[in-house]
Amino acid sequence: MESVFGLVGKDFAIVVADSSAVHSILVHKTNEDKIMVLDSHKLMGASGETGDRAQFTEYIQKNVALYQFRNGIPLTTSATANFTRGELATALRKNPYMVNIILAGYDKETGPSLYYIDYIASLHKLDKAAFGYGSYFALSMMDRHFRKDMTVEEAIELVDKCIVEIRSRLVVAPPNFVIKIVDKDGAREYAWRQSIKDGQVLAA
Amino acid sequence: MSIFEYNGSALVAMVGKNCFAIASDRRLGVQLQTVATDFQRIYKIHDKLFIGLSGLATDSQTLYQRLVFRHKLYQLREERDMKPETFASLVSAILYEKRFGPYFCQPVIAGLGDEDKPFICTMDSIGAKELAKDFVVAGTASESLYGACESMFKPDMEAEELFETISQALLSSVDRDCLSGWGGHVYLVTPTEVTEKILKGRMD
Repeated sequence: MESVFGLVGKDFAIVVADSSAVHSILVHKTNEDKIMVLDSHKLMGASGETGDRAQFTEYIQKNVALYQFRNGIPLTTSATANFTRGELATALRKNPYMVNIILAGYDKETGPSLYYIDYIASLHKLDKAAFGYGSYFALSMMDRHFRKDMTVEEAIELVDKCIVEIRSRLVVAPPNFVIKIVDKDGAREYAWRQSIKDGQVLAA
Repeated sequence: MSIFEYNGSALVAMVGKNCFAIASDRRLGVQLQTVATDFQRIYKIHDKLFIGLSGLATDSQTLYQRLVFRHKLYQLREERDMKPETFASLVSAILYEKRFGPYFCQPVIAGLGDEDKPFICTMDSIGAKELAKDFVVAGTASESLYGACESMFKPDMEAEELFETISQALLSSVDRDCLSGWGGHVYLVTPTEVTEKILKGRMD
């Protein structure tokens, strides 16, 4: 099952997702990027059914862009979160999207923020959040080590602790993770944590 | 597990002498996992009218947005705030609209009506109103709350005593329910002021 988690530090927010694309017992690829960059200062990490995930995050990304074209200014993170929740809530009783979302963004006026959006459209603003089986380990590690206003180095140290726990304690642990960060300079990929590279030839 | 017990909640409203108090727990969970400990379940409609929504968090957020929308329209047309009795009928109608595909919420409505007479009521998820003169409860901890309120309640309590009573009733009831707790949120409303207090209880 897919793990996504995120946390807020001092003037930045981080979203981490595993990068395996799995169908039943088969791993299709191990470098799938599940964190969509919505615009210059927003990240949307998503977990859940593959088709819904790709389709829904792209839909949100294009609507965020459309707002900026129409109105000349970008949406705030809070507005994006509420828009996303609205779309999920409208679809919920017709044809639900099975996608869990961690939305992170940086606004000039309010700083970094993180939103937890369930697949049934429950919305909550949080400092740390996680989805999937990995959440049992990630949330516990974050409960123990998270402090308000951590630096990037401290936050990445915590992220690595969470990844180590997931890798060692989850029976079907995903081998690779992608880490993305958003701060005043924008949303960008920070690092990959790979223990298996695609195309790698392992000695028997 | 019942859909009403998916997120976990506890709500209680009590009537005092020319005042009322409405209180909720602060936990947002996903079945056995706690996601947040600062979730808001009680919303202000206007200075003398509060609604608490227990049950499924996504439906309580959707229902709150619909109710605020309807109340704002009412304010524009009638140029005054809605009376609590009227608002309760509105909530009941909106819930019954979805009779065969309901919102999984149980509202608790508390307000000061004509001549600042306190009004409380609750209803089930399809809008069956239950008016009471003393207290109303809702949520996963409702059975414990009924017992605690019945034993602690006295008619015509002043504001401070009412606050103490409702806080003790809430905290002792949520301690017996694993799905609700992590503190409490109490709103104490008199004709002249609204006080909001956060309770610290057992954080588990």
